[in-house]
Amino acid sequence: MTALTLGAAITAGLARALETDDRVLLLGEDIGTLGGVFRVTDGLQKRFGAERVIDAPLAEAGIVGTAVGLALRGYRPVVEIQFDGFVYPAFDQIVCQVAKLHYRTNGRVRMPMVIRIPWAGGVGAAEHHSESPEAYFVHTPGLRVVAPSTPQDAYVMLRQAVASDDPVVFFEPKRLYHSQGEVDPDGDLADAPPMHLARVAREGTDATVVTYGAMVRTALDAALAAEDEGLSLEVVDLRSLSPIDMNTVAASVRKTGRVVVAHEAARTAGIGAELVASITEQCFEYLEAPPLRVTGHDIPYPPAKLEKHHVPDLDRILFAVDRVVEPGTAPSAASAAAIEGGVR
Amino acid sequence: MTMTYTHASPEHGAPERADDVDDVARILQPDGTRVSDPALDRWISDLPPHELRALHRDMVLTRRLDTEGVALQRQGQLALWAPCRGQEAVQVATAHALAAGDLVFPSYREHGVLLARGARPADFVLAWRGEEHSAYDHAALGVAPVQIIIGAQALHATGWAMGAQRDRSTDVAVAYFGDGATSQGDVNEAMVFASSFRAPVVFVCSNNQWAISEPVTVQARHPIAGRAPGFGIPSMRVDGNDALACLAAMRWALDHARRGEGPAFIEAVTYRLGPHTTSDDPTRYRDADEVERWSRRDPLARLEAYLRDAGVLDDSGLAEVARAADAFAAEVRAACIGAVTRDPASVFDHVYAEPHAPLERQRAEYVDYLDGFSR
Repeated sequence: MTALTLGAAITAGLARALETDDRVLLLGEDIGTLGGVFRVTDGLQKRFGAERVIDAPLAEAGIVGTAVGLALRGYRPVVEIQFDGFVYPAFDQIVCQVAKLHYRTNGRVRMPMVIRIPWAGGVGAAEHHSESPEAYFVHTPGLRVVAPSTPQDAYVMLRQAVASDDPVVFFEPKRLYHSQGEVDPDGDLADAPPMHLARVAREGTDATVVTYGAMVRTALDAALAAEDEGLSLEVVDLRSLSPIDMNTVAASVRKTGRVVVAHEAARTAGIGAELVASITEQCFEYLEAPPLRVTGHDIPYPPAKLEKHHVPDLDRILFAVDRVVEPGTAPSAASAAAIEGGVR
Repeated sequence: MTMTYTHASPEHGAPERADDVDDVARILQPDGTRVSDPALDRWISDLPPHELRALHRDMVLTRRLDTEGVALQRQGQLALWAPCRGQEAVQVATAHALAAGDLVFPSYREHGVLLARGARPADFVLAWRGEEHSAYDHAALGVAPVQIIIGAQALHATGWAMGAQRDRSTDVAVAYFGDGATSQGDVNEAMVFASSFRAPVVFVCSNNQWAISEPVTVQARHPIAGRAPGFGIPSMRVDGNDALACLAAMRWALDHARRGEGPAFIEAVTYRLGPHTTSDDPTRYRDADEVERWSRRDPLARLEAYLRDAGVLDDSGLAEVARAADAFAAEVRAACIGAVTRDPASVFDHVYAEPHAPLERQRAEYVDYLDGFSR
């Protein structure tokens, strides 16, 4: 085992993928001599050459679209989108081409592509640098979408993503890039839990918090704080957003009977909506309270000085936990009536 | 030698217009008379009669296929058809220049390219009928899945060419698109990537004057071929209704790419004689005179006149090709009408290459639901 940051774990995973399969190519903006704006590809071009670690023109559709062609030629491209908010120019290529080519060719064409995206907020970044676009991709059949939250998962899941014959959108929680953890770089991939399985990050009995990415850390902090108040929270780290491992989620909810779903992406039609619907379908008779969502607001990502009001923190998670533990304390009827009146 | 297109008119020094259809390299005049073009001649000096006849035959078959496609749509057998009448020369002749290892990235109108690459009758109709998205084996045919999204395939071709370059092969990728696609970011990004990486890709723009109802002048003020040199890509503007000019230009472009010199660009100036698709009504946006003018430039009549004059084709040869075309059309019709719609559960097939449990559950639920009707 080695102590690595989450960012360094991805670097190690990329290096291992390049080593083991010469069809693997990296393609992205500034990923060569600079090593990427987050230095995740640091040293890889020097080690594997500019033919395999390719500095691309500044064109996201171009990066993903040429990667489609490389995959058609038999390569396994791993592309880097520099920031979450820069993926939109490539959206057409991802949802219309990458996601559908296997289907529309009856399986004759495979798209073993990984689209790495430094993702989400909390790092005080400029506009367009802190977005949470995961629901767009989760809503797109044909894509797999994953988001590791620990260095070990980042290392293993990156390698699993590269090995997968399906296209994988790989969200890297950028505010965890520098968080450290133990990584087993020599572990056998076959022994690792499959990429699509969720993980119980902490066991508990009173309520379940389901989340993913950097919010796992926040949820674990909330669970520690709740413990001081005598509440035992279970934290489920989804790891995979498409598909979602509902077996693990449902098992936890059936155990605790209460659930809060947390993410920093906007609320409406987000992952939380999908989770709450599925939980309601599968665990209705076990629920002691309506499932609640703690999410970013339905607003464009706010300026950095205000992002703490958008990204759910420990207190907002605990506030929701209180509501599911004591359902009578839901948001007041008075404020709901005021909102209704305003809308009319 | 670089063969770069310049858009300054020799006489006036002023920029030409995008819709100047006569400022093109040409070998066959509209009446079939053979003329000389220094840039094109050397690329087809070796064309034997049997190759000329094969070119003509594939153009006739393409036209017959197109007629059949429109008829099948009108009879309710196809949901839609995108006619290619008038564009047979650029499609068939450029495809005739390809080698077996080359991969074509077509738009939805390139029936002649597919035909020249050896597509089976079913390959033309199953998608338009709504049976399958992409019926043919792209690797066996040397044709990537037909692209509907405008211009997206230019990037795929470029990426594939980058792979071919990495493989140290002499394979070339060919992206076909229309004049409308040149407005798309993907086509422009493809030219940036292709030029920067010297990827062996040939861009063939079939400028058929209309992107549904929008004339080429909405896409381009100056001739489209004039853009490529700005990307560092040599280009040619040829008469797209002149099969020999198209063949020659394509041989030049492929040779350029195969020699490791990077991408090349061809603007083939042609005309869509029919509607954009069978759902379109071109009488709303263009006048009959224009169609009549272009009918007099018909690529098939032009080639036939030349081949008769050159003694390569006679009445009996033409009759034989006509019979072959009818037989081919009958096969296309049979493949269309005989198509068997797949099992309902197959809508869930191939969404993923690897098992996906929630989707498998959805399939099981739906199959169970359907089975409920037969219990």
